[in-house]
Amino acid sequence: MPQGETTTGAAPEERHAITDERDLLRSRHAVRAAAVAAGFDLVGQTKLVTAASELVRNAYIHGGGGVLRIVPLTGAGGRRGVRLVVSDHGPGIPDVDTALSDGYSTGAGLGHGLGGTRRLVDSFAIDTEPGRGTTIVVERWA
Amino acid sequence: MTGPVPILRLGDILLTGLLNDLDDKTALEFTGELVDRISAEGSRGVVIDISRLEIIDSFVARVLMELAGTGKLLGARMIVAGMRPAVAITLSELGLQLSGVETALNAERAMARLGWEQRPRRAEAHAAG
Repeated sequence: MPQGETTTGAAPEERHAITDERDLLRSRHAVRAAAVAAGFDLVGQTKLVTAASELVRNAYIHGGGGVLRIVPLTGAGGRRGVRLVVSDHGPGIPDVDTALSDGYSTGAGLGHGLGGTRRLVDSFAIDTEPGRGTTIVVERWA
Repeated sequence: MTGPVPILRLGDILLTGLLNDLDDKTALEFTGELVDRISAEGSRGVVIDISRLEIIDSFVARVLMELAGTGKLLGARMIVAGMRPAVAITLSELGLQLSGVETALNAERAMARLGWEQRPRRAEAHAAG
């Protein structure tokens, strides 16, 4: 990935509050629009929107709500991508390695939320601490 | 009871389809209504068309798997039909193969499996004559 030359000025970044259930749908629409604008093909759009749906639902259910930031990216050679930053102020994840392994779930999902989500994107970073909340940053390139 | 998603009855088969932009609440209401209908009408088979769904995340996948399992327990053959290719690729990568759920390429093929053969018109005319 052309991380070193990545810039974020291609288009203004968006912020979406995740406070009620309808925000899950709104977030999906916003991420789809950003993926289309960045030139993603249909499979790329579907993967990014699905990843967003997992992360936003986690923030809503486990984190008591939060914020989704959608950041358009431009990499080396004009290659475009999208970064999603989903943060909440929930209880945090005590054991990240376990949470990232398939089959783990504390809530309404199937346990594939994080481990599966990581496979849908090109980069995945998680910052969490018990009591401080969770921020997950993912990027996918067109 | 009229839920948010139409459920059609064709003989002893129920045919229904999920719309895109399915929210969690609607998904759960739909499963409740469909299970009630299977039970009340003694349905032999159920076709759930998902060709309108642009994404399936782990929540919707779980809803479909539980619904298929519950319908089977009630004696109905449950077929999920019409998954979009991009959705299938994504679900597979997520690690969700909808294990235990019978699927079909489209609703027509699902109906055929349940015995609803679409006969050519000439054959029908012959049978009628």
